Amino acid sequence: MTALAPIADAPWRELFDALTLQRGYTATVVTLGTTVLGAAGGLVGSFAMLRKRALMADTLAHASLPGVAAAFLVAVALGASGKSLAILLPGAAITGVLGVLLVHALTRTGRIRPDAAMAVVLSVMFGLGIVLLSVIQKSDSGQQAGLSTFIYGQTAAMSRSDVLVIAIAAGVAAVLIGLVLKELAYASFDQSHARVTGIPVDRLDLLLMALVVLVTVVALQAVGLVLAVAILVIPPVSARLWTNRLRRMLALSVLFGALGGYGGSVASTVLERLPAGSVIVLVSGCIFAMSLILAPNRGLVAAACRSARLRFEMARDHTLRAIYELADRAGDPWVPAASLATQRGASPGRTRTLARVLAFTGHVERHADRVRLTDRGTAEARRVTRNHRLWEQYLLTYADVAPSHVDISADHAEHALGADIVDLLEHALASRGALPERLPDHTELEGADA
Amino acid sequence: MATFLRVDMVPLFAALAAALACALVGNFLVLRRESMLGDAISHSVLPGIVAAFLVTGSRAGLPMFVGAGIAGIVAVLLVELVRRLGRVEPGAAMGVVFSVMFAGGVVLMERAAARHVDLDADCVLYGQLETLVWPVTDEHLRTPLSADALALIPPELWMLLGSLGLVAAVVVLCFKELRVASFDPQLATSLGFSSRLIGHALAVLVAIVTVASFKAVGSILVVAMLVCPAATARMFTDRLHTQVLMSAVGAVVIAGVAYAAGAFGAPAVGLSGSVNIAGAMASVAGVILAGAVVASPTHGVIARARRRRALATRVADEDLLGTLFRAEELGTPVVAMEQLAALLGGADRSARAVQRATAAGLVAREGPGVMLTTLGRDRGAAMIRSHRLWETYLVERAGMRPDHVHDPAELLEHARTPTGAPIDPPASGPIDPHGHPIPGSGSA
Repeated sequence: MTALAPIADAPWRELFDALTLQRGYTATVVTLGTTVLGAAGGLVGSFAMLRKRALMADTLAHASLPGVAAAFLVAVALGASGKSLAILLPGAAITGVLGVLLVHALTRTGRIRPDAAMAVVLSVMFGLGIVLLSVIQKSDSGQQAGLSTFIYGQTAAMSRSDVLVIAIAAGVAAVLIGLVLKELAYASFDQSHARVTGIPVDRLDLLLMALVVLVTVVALQAVGLVLAVAILVIPPVSARLWTNRLRRMLALSVLFGALGGYGGSVASTVLERLPAGSVIVLVSGCIFAMSLILAPNRGLVAAACRSARLRFEMARDHTLRAIYELADRAGDPWVPAASLATQRGASPGRTRTLARVLAFTGHVERHADRVRLTDRGTAEARRVTRNHRLWEQYLLTYADVAPSHVDISADHAEHALGADIVDLLEHALASRGALPERLPDHTELEGADA
Repeated sequence: MATFLRVDMVPLFAALAAALACALVGNFLVLRRESMLGDAISHSVLPGIVAAFLVTGSRAGLPMFVGAGIAGIVAVLLVELVRRLGRVEPGAAMGVVFSVMFAGGVVLMERAAARHVDLDADCVLYGQLETLVWPVTDEHLRTPLSADALALIPPELWMLLGSLGLVAAVVVLCFKELRVASFDPQLATSLGFSSRLIGHALAVLVAIVTVASFKAVGSILVVAMLVCPAATARMFTDRLHTQVLMSAVGAVVIAGVAYAAGAFGAPAVGLSGSVNIAGAMASVAGVILAGAVVASPTHGVIARARRRRALATRVADEDLLGTLFRAEELGTPVVAMEQLAALLGGADRSARAVQRATAAGLVAREGPGVMLTTLGRDRGAAMIRSHRLWETYLVERAGMRPDHVHDPAELLEHARTPTGAPIDPPASGPIDPHGHPIPGSGSA
């Protein structure tokens, strides 16, 4: 094995060590901390997203800067260390909460909508923080260097006590959310109904914002205030792509958050020169991108498959109807492929491909350059033609669409008609004596099916 | 003077141009409820700027504009995609897109830093207006408009002035389209100009303004200049023209005041050196907005409190007259003060209403109680007429039961409608659903 990859050996070894937490005490502590932080962010962020308050975390994180700066100034004035987290984090929490309250107050004026209120509070309080920072940088306390870590975070400097703080915050968040899970879920999906049934929606929102404050403030040190929002937003949005069930979404969101924190800090111990906070966000971003591409139902691949299938079904239906109508008109079941192409307005190559596919599925027989419907194909073609003509007639009779326009409209709608709607259409049209001429017969159709 | 020209003139003009350009675009962001899109774009352009820099290796304006513009468009399209596929609120979609793009930008920047070039995130975040000096000699200053002297002006100022010109031209030329698309996207689309396209064009403008002003005010404070002037103007007016003009004036005031406070005010109060001017601009913008929220004569907190108070006073006065009129109908025209207190919800409220009505000659003291004067009787009759017509209306037109209509009518009677009454008295006779007579209108 050693002979196989002598050059790649060292980095892979490093990566393996990092993944299995064998890169030393500090790296292990940091990895644990970011993993737990990611999980907590995924949990709290899920509800913030469902309650449509995702960007509140961003506002709050930016609004914490003046608090950090003011706490620093107070600490220095009192002769304490300006870098103590025990002083800086409460400062951050206080102005963060103040920011949230200001957003509410501005929104209540009725003239400033929530989006503008958030943008105003975010930028103005951040500006205030920057003014304070520029004052601090020009004073000579000699301790100012530590403050800028709050803007980009300083994951590598995470200590054991920091991890403990993160773990406690995560535990508090998990327990509180567990206690009111049902009520929160209710309020998230149907606010007015929840209110009517006596669930204290406003107090739940307050609790949720308190938890968002908690996670954001804890995240400040790890990923910094510009990217703190990522911890709360990316995991739930990724999880949302995979499922419509709340509990499953919560579990996935916690998992994605933890994976992002774990993967990010592992990656940053290997790629030492890169800022860990950004790497964590990028790893979460990769998880999100994969979810966006691969998720069943909502993912891009699934959506592309669905639309391709729909397009194929539409082309198949149109071709079957064209063969049926041409055969009907000419009185000869063998239809030349060339006239089929003309009828459909499609290229000969495309028509030939479709004919080949239909032959494979047993709907048509091909002989030289001509095609003929099989029994199975005839039944299907009758059904399609019937739908088309009924829908055309409906548009003429009820929707006052001009005769020259109904063909195209019916082309689009006919594929979406279920058996029950077709029955309804037929009854409605029959009762007005407006059934289309030359409608493929119903009984004949059933006979062919049987 | 020479110091001002060298050190302060270019930063001052840069601050003014950035504030104006942001404020003009910001009006439409605020109207479209996309204020946070400014935040999202201003973060998302970072990778575009850095990538343009890494590719071309220069800090020239054009590649950076192109990079930022592309990144801005990519961000907007991604936000739309995430919103549509994930079926999440726009805020969450923005949060995902801009934080990932910003993180990507920071990582790219580290690579740029590895090549020992001067491009740091701090400058992008808070701006370094103070570094835009005009390094002219005394020789140049004698002819400040000569080509030599102008060539020394930092290129950032030209970029800002150019983007201001572009934004102003777009806002003036496409005002109509922007307005329709902001207020009624469906109408805009059916009139033949896609509001989606206009939204994208707006996003490009925001991206251009952001990258032009990042040196001056920084990417986060761009948001303050995008949103604050427009939000402030909205506190005063409902007309879009007025709002745009007011926000432009506001932007100039903010930049001027903030520059003066940051560059000259701070040293004057003993802070060594100037404070960060971009931060000062955001702070001043916030203070002005707070002032407008509190004191605007139309939509301010104080004005609205005053209006509510005036309404409460009028309701109390009208209730007093109505109550006394009912007492007269029952044959007891003099009502004791204690009784009024019980009927009008509190001794304080009724005593003050009596005081005001006495001064206006609507009621007169009579022993321990009060009774209506002739003038007061007319007004009381009008109140009871309104009350009973509303009751009739609620029963006849709204289908409510007669024993449910008193309380709503108690509120509705104070409404000032153009015709004075919701319904004509019933043809069968002026009797309300409870069998009480409806007094004639004042003139009758």
